[in-house]
Amino acid sequence: MKDMTEGYTTPDGRQIGGVMMEMKNITLRFGGVVAIKDISFDIREGEIRAIIGPNGAGKSSMLNVISGFYHPQEGEVWFHGKKRPTMRPYQVARQGIARTFQNIALFEGMSVLDNIMTGRLNYMKSTILDQALWWGKAEREETENRAKVEEIIDFLEIQSIRKTPVGRLPYGLKKRVELGRALAAQPKLLLLDEPMAGMNVEEKEDMSRFILDVNDEFGMTIALIEHDMGVVMDLSDRVVVMDYGKKIGDGTPDEVRSNQAVIDAYLGVSHD
Amino acid sequence: MNASDTPTGGPVSIPALLRRNARKWGARAAYREKAYGIWQTWTWTRTLVEVEGLAMGLMALDLQPGDHVAVVGRNRPELYMSMVSVQMAGGVPVPLYQDAVAEEMAYVLEHCGARYVIVGDQEQVDKVLEVQDRAPAIEHILYLDPRGLRKYDHSRLHALEDIMAEGRVAHERFEAEMKRREAALDYDSTCVMLYTSGTTGKPKGVVLSNRNIIETSKASSTFDKLSEQEEVLAYLPMAWVGDFIFSIGQAYWAGFCVNCPESADTTMVDLREIGPTYYFAPPRVFETQLTNVMIRMEDAGRFKKHLFDRFMGVAKRVGPQILDGKPVSSTDRFMYWLGNLLVLGPLKNTLGFTKVRVGYTAGEAIGPEIFDFYRAMGINLKQLYGQTEASVFITQQPDNEVRPDTVGVASPGVEIKIEENGEVFYRSPGVFQEYYKNPESTASTKDDEGWVATGDAGFIEPDTGHLRIIDRAKDVGKMSSGALFAPKYVENKLKFFPNILEAVVFGGGRDRCTAFLNIDLTAVGNWAERNNIAYSSYQELAGHPEVLQTMREHVEEVNASVAQDEMLSGCQIHRFVVLHKELDADDGELTRTRKVRRRIIEDKFADIITALYDGSDSVYTETEVTYEDGRKGAISATLSLVDADVAAVAQANKVAAE
Repeated sequence: MKDMTEGYTTPDGRQIGGVMMEMKNITLRFGGVVAIKDISFDIREGEIRAIIGPNGAGKSSMLNVISGFYHPQEGEVWFHGKKRPTMRPYQVARQGIARTFQNIALFEGMSVLDNIMTGRLNYMKSTILDQALWWGKAEREETENRAKVEEIIDFLEIQSIRKTPVGRLPYGLKKRVELGRALAAQPKLLLLDEPMAGMNVEEKEDMSRFILDVNDEFGMTIALIEHDMGVVMDLSDRVVVMDYGKKIGDGTPDEVRSNQAVIDAYLGVSHD
Repeated sequence: MNASDTPTGGPVSIPALLRRNARKWGARAAYREKAYGIWQTWTWTRTLVEVEGLAMGLMALDLQPGDHVAVVGRNRPELYMSMVSVQMAGGVPVPLYQDAVAEEMAYVLEHCGARYVIVGDQEQVDKVLEVQDRAPAIEHILYLDPRGLRKYDHSRLHALEDIMAEGRVAHERFEAEMKRREAALDYDSTCVMLYTSGTTGKPKGVVLSNRNIIETSKASSTFDKLSEQEEVLAYLPMAWVGDFIFSIGQAYWAGFCVNCPESADTTMVDLREIGPTYYFAPPRVFETQLTNVMIRMEDAGRFKKHLFDRFMGVAKRVGPQILDGKPVSSTDRFMYWLGNLLVLGPLKNTLGFTKVRVGYTAGEAIGPEIFDFYRAMGINLKQLYGQTEASVFITQQPDNEVRPDTVGVASPGVEIKIEENGEVFYRSPGVFQEYYKNPESTASTKDDEGWVATGDAGFIEPDTGHLRIIDRAKDVGKMSSGALFAPKYVENKLKFFPNILEAVVFGGGRDRCTAFLNIDLTAVGNWAERNNIAYSSYQELAGHPEVLQTMREHVEEVNASVAQDEMLSGCQIHRFVVLHKELDADDGELTRTRKVRRRIIEDKFADIITALYDGSDSVYTETEVTYEDGRKGAISATLSLVDADVAAVAQANKVAAE
């Protein structure tokens, strides 16, 4: 596990690379409440990494630490072999980390196209003046970015709602648009906070397929939090299991499934 | 016009037409497809280059003259072009229905013995791989969209563009042989093989020659004065003969541009952007559009609704006359002009019909209100009657002679005769060669003089010469009283109500008629919403007492109208049931072109039919359903059976009067 250079091969034959991100002994406290307690794990190049655990286990907090929204009191975050200093979320985003949110955070009044376009913000360098005059660089940039956004729209099969205001869309499609916005940033690491929450079986199947395709087509590394055990076990290469802020398991879905501590946390254990 | 346009010495194959078009209209658009939000264009020149490339690529994969190549996918320029490539390399394209489940696909792939399958995407690749042990002739699969296919075994799976590139690289080896094979194509060589959707039994492979396709395209293009200026939207299944004639036959003959939508969901938006001049749609599409318009008008403000009603009224009264060039008072003319400015024009624009010069509908009977609505808006909508075996055209309506209840006069070059039992026969240059590997069926359908049985019963109106179709000849039967039983006639009347999506009438050999109904979820759902009727599922809505009451009113209205017709008054519906599930092609209840498969429905729902005749008030039933991915499930329901009032029969009135 600690090998920084060599990867491994998944059962379906995908080659997983070296460590991309490493969390070292992270502890996060809110006043007296310890949300995350001394957790370490790594995320490797090209893999789908899941963080699971019961309600209140600290999964979302962990994702927020990765995305730079929370700053842990103890521990270090290593990204691409370098220790990451304390950063603001936008700085983290510029490093190539994009995310979606558990409660959809889109601009309801804007069209699907414009929402996904906001994901390209980091690639737009023209000034307000350029934009206002719509000349030279601004126009070129818009065209380039629009082309990229159209590829994503095609990829996610949402051509028919391209110009629909997001507020009018059903929940499952909003989730897809949010994924689109995160993809638009062309991140190296994609963080998904409960991508399947509140979806029906069909929507879950669609979303699973998109997640696998994102990983396969773009070679994107994905870290996701999910409640639905079935989905997690099918999708991910390796799983971290959290309970009450502590890590109680880490490994392939099969290893995790047979881990006694995990079974106890999920199914409950009799105290006699 | 140059010499190549004359029938003698003119192009005798689709590849030859392609070469003529590339010469004549090289820089004009042959295909357009919306991709990444922008319409991409293939000119005739580029089309020729790509078609040649793929033809040589296929030859590099050892395609031999006469080989069948199956083509499956949604309407995309590359797939249309690949059919022409197959012809250029001497093979025969066999387009298949893309929404066919693996089971159905296995049968046709096995039957036609295709060595190659050209598919649109991963979904189709999966289906072909699933059935390949049942269709052992398949050697190579070529795909268009690489998405999701990276990890597949590529020893027999190829990207279409790779094969095209290989073909171009290898042109020195294959070009001469390709030209030789192309030159060997004549008027009698096979152009395409199309499978009939199979209302009864297994699908049959209809072999159509270059003569069939080109002569038909030529005659029909002349009939409607189609030129290279037309724009069409290709969105109907490529396996359907109509699409082959419109998007390949006529498009190559007249040289017009075929536009392919971005995805199935964007068709209506793309339609509006393209603004086709020549448009074909089955009645169902027109029906759905009208239902949507009406639903939205119900939700519109009072002023808008008033304007709409006012001007639609005028349009319904005078629109069709203006369209047919009949005299109309100048006040009406002015009001129609105003209505066109304020309501009809914008509505046509929203629907994408602004530029439609010729519109056709066929396949099923179209409701008179629906037909009149579009004609009132000034859309030259006409009906045609056709079959795969006829290369589509048997009869069609000339401009200015359009009526909802006939299917028009014989198309140019077509002869029609009616047998004593009422069955319609035709003979034309478009008549198919044979059913592939099925000489018995060929012999029973086509006689030695070339007359083909349509299987439809109809008659020619003495004063106008228009053909009227009553029903499928074999479905027309007798009731136990000896009265004529024509289920489709009644079903069509029922289906003209926006609330009713599908109807199946029973009664052959029995003493009275009964019916199955399917509600139209869009229309009835909207009605429920407006009337605060809560429902959680299709099944619950279909069984709602108020819905049943509405359906009963519709049935009684139909009964009253059927009673007017002396011959068919026995077909009034005494009892009916609203089904708990939509009849579906995936469950085998409809064909892929959405025609009712009577025998299968009779078997499957035998318990409900028994209940309809034994007088019980409700029936418990369990039905197997197939989901889109092929899995099976079962739904159960207790259905209530409803009695409907029957109108007094016209005949009885006559007796009383005497």
